[in-house]
Amino acid sequence: MKVATKNKLTDVDSNLKPTLSFNDVNLTFSDGTQALHNINLNVRQDEFVSIVGPSGCGKSTLLKVASGLEKVTSGTLVADHDHLGYVFQDATLLPWRTVEDNVGLLTELRKVPKADRKAKVDEALELVGLTAFAKYHPRRLSGGMRMRVSLARALTMDPQVFLFDEPFGALDEITRERLNDELLQLFMRQNFAAVFVTHSIYEAVFLSTRVVVMSPRPGRIIGEFEVPFSYPRAPEIRFSPQFSELAGKISETLRKEIH
Amino acid sequence: MTLLEQTNDLAQPQPNSSKRTSRIKTRINSLAPPTVLFAVIILVWEFLSSSLSGARKFLLPTPQSVLTQGILAPDAYTQILPSFLRTAALALSGLLVAMVLGMLVAALMYQFRWLERASFPYLVALQAVPVLAVAPLVAVVFGYSFFAKGIVVVLIAFFPIPANFLLGLRSVDKGLIDLFRLNQASWWTRFWKLAFPNSLPQLLTGFRISAGLAVIGAIVGEEFFQAGIPGLGMRLLQYLDQVEYHRLYGALILSSLLGITFYTFFTRLSHRLLRNWHESVQSP
Repeated sequence: MKVATKNKLTDVDSNLKPTLSFNDVNLTFSDGTQALHNINLNVRQDEFVSIVGPSGCGKSTLLKVASGLEKVTSGTLVADHDHLGYVFQDATLLPWRTVEDNVGLLTELRKVPKADRKAKVDEALELVGLTAFAKYHPRRLSGGMRMRVSLARALTMDPQVFLFDEPFGALDEITRERLNDELLQLFMRQNFAAVFVTHSIYEAVFLSTRVVVMSPRPGRIIGEFEVPFSYPRAPEIRFSPQFSELAGKISETLRKEIH
Repeated sequence: MTLLEQTNDLAQPQPNSSKRTSRIKTRINSLAPPTVLFAVIILVWEFLSSSLSGARKFLLPTPQSVLTQGILAPDAYTQILPSFLRTAALALSGLLVAMVLGMLVAALMYQFRWLERASFPYLVALQAVPVLAVAPLVAVVFGYSFFAKGIVVVLIAFFPIPANFLLGLRSVDKGLIDLFRLNQASWWTRFWKLAFPNSLPQLLTGFRISAGLAVIGAIVGEEFFQAGIPGLGMRLLQYLDQVEYHRLYGALILSSLLGITFYTFFTRLSHRLLRNWHESVQSP
């Protein structure tokens, strides 16, 4: 049975079961640093969860664990690593490849047949609006466009879990807000569970269904906030009193922990 | 400026004619200064050689007489041209061996860090040993052959290739390594699709430096060995002995021409391979 949730058609079953699940996850580095401490976090298919916290609180490490790049010391992790999108702080493109060959990289590494690969690449480029730039090399693109290439590359994996590690942190504010809007459109059209790491409380609130606050030494979750706005979200909600109030609460939680 | 406006800017192709004239302009801009300097050098040379007193005139013949008597005269070029080709072949073979060996060594060091730690000091030492000191030993072991001279070339030209290639292989962005790991890329895939192309700028720099060194190595090798089919190195000493200064200068000019040819070839190659993506090449 299908129901409409947040403008998306989603299976009821898959809605109940989390796509990404951390159960009592601990991660201690070989030098003894406790990077993650008793992390419990479930993200469903239609959820967009942002993680905020100061530098060194383990938010990037959390993504590495979710992707399988880091193995947990104890606890369990459930995630589908064959349909994983991972977008890094930098666009991390191969500068010697054209936009389309960059977008096709992951399917190429996964040995998807050439014809299917081409269709995937075209579709992904269409989704981020870069079809006209398929033959360009990355250095001729602006920072925002490079990031969209990076998004398109991740989209070719049909991500069930989409991880974002401060992807827009290096961009100017206008470009960042535009990409936030585009990302939400993608979230409504595609079917994925998003985990979005950011320094910006405002970005977190604007994008998410839920904001998770983390604190360092040891890296742990100290608060979770449901975001009451429905999708699609108009850019103007950033200036509503409700928005400010929630951002204020999150900011307070952060400040209380960190002296 | 919004993203969309930027998009339109980029999509608009420049009109073709203005592009062509601007290309000719940059051509002229890049060729004019060396041409002018060349003319100045020839003039100074002409002046110096005409100011020498009669008895010492043979030390510096005029540019024109070097060209006509030292290179273009039939008995001169039938001797110097084969020598030029001989030296070019020697330098090229030595360089090719240095390239293949150097890349192999760097690739192994890239894979096995212990190998790098173990062998790098010796590579540096090899670089520091004056080649003329090793040449007699090479001669004793391998004889006065083309092969022995080739070894001298390899010894001189080798070091920059593994050093630069390894630097390039190692300087891959951490995020890209993670991305390849996440998608189950094999060692070979990571090398071939990531580390190797990433190292191209440095590798090509290594080639360029080594190409110059290979020419030096070939001439030094020939000068030392003084045996076999004569190349430019042997000719230089021969003309010095025979007090044939026109030809001596002719051989010198051809020697530098050889070096310049090698250097230019690798500069062009580098430009061609990197022009679309590397910061060292200005965007079109």
